[in-house]
Amino acid sequence: MNIYVLLKRTFDTEEKISISNGKIEDEGAEYIINPYDEYAVEEAINLKDAHGGEVTVVTVGDEEAEKQLRTALAMGADKSVLINTEDDLEEGDQYTTVRILEAYFKENEPDIILAGNVAIDEASGQVGPRLAERLDIPFVTTITDISIDGETVNIERDVEGDVEKVETTLPLLVTCQQGLNEPRYPSLPGIMKAKKKPLEEIEIDDLDLEEDDVEAKTKTLEIFLPPEKQAGKIIEGEPDEQVKELVSLLKNESKVL
Amino acid sequence: MNFELTKEQEMTRKMVRDFAEEKIAPRAIDIDKNSEFPEDLFKEMGELGLLGIPFPEEYGGSGGDTVTYALAVEEIGRVCGSTGLSYAAAVSLGASPLYYFGTEEQKQEFLIPLAKGEGLASFGLTEPNAGSDAGGTQTKAVLEGDHYVLNGEKSWITNAEYARSITITAQAGKREDGKNIISAFIVPKDTPGMTIRSDYDKMGVRGSNTSEIVLEDVKVPKENILGDPKKGFGQFLHTLDGGRISIAALAVGIAQASLDRALAYAKERKQFGEPISKFQAIQFKLADMAMEVELARNMVLKAAWLKDEGKPFTKESAYAKLFASETAFRSANQAIQIHGGYGYMREFEVERFLRDAKLLEIGEGTSEIQRMVIARQLGC
Ligand SMILES: Cc1cc2nc3c(=O)[nH]c(=O)nc-3n(C[C@H](O)[C@H](O)[C@H](O)COP(=O)(O)OP(=O)(O)OC[C@H]3O[C@@H](n4cnc5c(N)ncnc54)[C@H](O)[C@@H]3O)c2cc1C
Ligand SMILES: Cc1cc2nc3c(=O)[nH]c(=O)nc-3n(C[C@H](O)[C@H](O)[C@H](O)COP(=O)(O)OP(=O)(O)OC[C@H]3O[C@@H](n4cnc5c(N)ncnc54)[C@H](O)[C@@H]3O)c2cc1C
Repeated sequence: MNIYVLLKRTFDTEEKISISNGKIEDEGAEYIINPYDEYAVEEAINLKDAHGGEVTVVTVGDEEAEKQLRTALAMGADKSVLINTEDDLEEGDQYTTVRILEAYFKENEPDIILAGNVAIDEASGQVGPRLAERLDIPFVTTITDISIDGETVNIERDVEGDVEKVETTLPLLVTCQQGLNEPRYPSLPGIMKAKKKPLEEIEIDDLDLEEDDVEAKTKTLEIFLPPEKQAGKIIEGEPDEQVKELVSLLKNESKVL
Repeated sequence: MNFELTKEQEMTRKMVRDFAEEKIAPRAIDIDKNSEFPEDLFKEMGELGLLGIPFPEEYGGSGGDTVTYALAVEEIGRVCGSTGLSYAAAVSLGASPLYYFGTEEQKQEFLIPLAKGEGLASFGLTEPNAGSDAGGTQTKAVLEGDHYVLNGEKSWITNAEYARSITITAQAGKREDGKNIISAFIVPKDTPGMTIRSDYDKMGVRGSNTSEIVLEDVKVPKENILGDPKKGFGQFLHTLDGGRISIAALAVGIAQASLDRALAYAKERKQFGEPISKFQAIQFKLADMAMEVELARNMVLKAAWLKDEGKPFTKESAYAKLFASETAFRSANQAIQIHGGYGYMREFEVERFLRDAKLLEIGEGTSEIQRMVIARQLGC
């Protein structure tokens, strides 16, 4: 089976993030594999173990993403592809990424593409579904279970806490949700082996794309951090006085009632 | 000059940090409180290849280097000193002598399972009456036919109760000048006559297994003598040089954890209407801690790098061990101080850092012995 994973390098939202000149400060930010993409890598390896084939991890990004690709190789992926846009593109959006991936997949024949449910940085959740539309293959989002039997694929997906069962066919694109699996740690022998696994680097030029073809359809006007949490207010007095005070504050101060 | 880690080193550090934070950290308080040796964690660490980092693939290892290994020890030490000590001892004291000095047969039989993470091993040097003066070893080995027969006693041997083999030093004859020849013998677990007891009630590293070994007419095949029979003493000095790097790395982990906790707490704790991190007295403590942690880490990495390059590293590993272990103790002490009354409570963990750090000034050569090693290197 030709198994592909879409992987994004993102900053770790659990670490401190700071902004200067309208951009996320690179210095001090921790970069990781988008956590949902880790589920995708893990599932891809499991599918390969069950059905044979090859796992290729694809990222659109810059040189810095090599570390995340190597980590996926260390987990057990076979090959990785970095579509390096550093020299060609100033800015991009989901449209850009989808166009590039579309061009890439036109030249390859995926049986299944696994992506994350969302990337935790911009959280649009668009790249997977839009790519599937472009490639004219079915897609199922937020999957929590998958089993493949010949061309038939049975999937369980998370719909706001409920489970929906879906039957579909290959070729297919899925986006992975928490609960699908427990991503493995890259083992030491895996890390050492990853050194020798192929990491192909291409540019949009190699995909016969021009800068204009992939120009972003959206514009980011501003990036800002959520307001700092204010200190809480403790309401004093007897319970009934406290309730009165609370209702009045909700009405008059925060105007939610 | 290049201070950058390789991709493999960085990936290993990240993997071990994730593993340590997710799997070890939540259990660190209980491991200490109940003196529980976390055998299951060692199984997982073995599966991840951590027990074989500095050994080549042909011997079941991961083919990493000393720098990578030191980074791994630091990350584990950062969350749990007990697990860190048993890990460092398993690799540096248990497996390394077999790799450096073992015959091909010994490597096949004893090293490969260790490097693959299928078991642990120990190094039994210290005795009730021979600690710093390891040359004063009283355990005796006598050749009888095809066997050596060992008699004696060993104290404070890390991981012995869980070891599949123990390398034990013993007098095996006299040199022409009348001095004892000290050799090392590989004693497999369950060899008749070897009794292992773990009754010590320790101040720190309480979850690391520490055992007393009594040897009564323990017979091991002649082939189990480790390496060159006449060079046993030099062999264990070399082993300890390497072990010092790992103890130093463990110390850096504890010092870093102390700094992390103290800094986070100082920013949150308010007294006199301000976070205590705004007081210069606290700031200076944090500044000293941060500086010393970084200096200690640099020394550890330099010693590890020298070892990887095949250059002499005796002096540098002694610098690293001495400075890092004393840094760990100071940092943990200051972390408690910055936490005030809370720091004295188990729940806040910094008191454990201090108890664990103390061992690092004693094990694998006390601070005094490190100074002696350095002075000797200076030509004194
Ligand atoms: C938890 C733990 C784990 C251990 N694990 C192992 C292990 O796996 N394998 C193993 O073989 N050993 C192990 N040890 C033993 C450890 O290496 C010894 O405790 C250490 O080497 C010190 O020896 P000692 O305790 O006999 O102290 P001593 O040698 O009696 O020293 C007492 C004091 O005298 C000082 N001193 C000694 N000689 C001199 C000198 N010439 N000049 C100045 N000062 C001197 C020392 O620095 C120290 O302060 C372990 C110990 C502990 C506590
Ligand atoms: C075992 C035990 C028994 C105790 N018994 C009693 C008792 O019987 N009765 C009782 O009332 N209390 C008792 N205490 C509480 C003890 O007195 C307090 O822990 C101590 O006064 C410190 O206060 P704190 O823990 O809130 O630390 P903090 O006041 O929060 O101090 C934290 C750190 O900030 C430093 N700091 C604070 N302010 C400044 C400043 N302006 N400039 C520079 N540094 C500053 C401190 O020196 C410390 O290093 C006990 C505590 C323990 C652990």
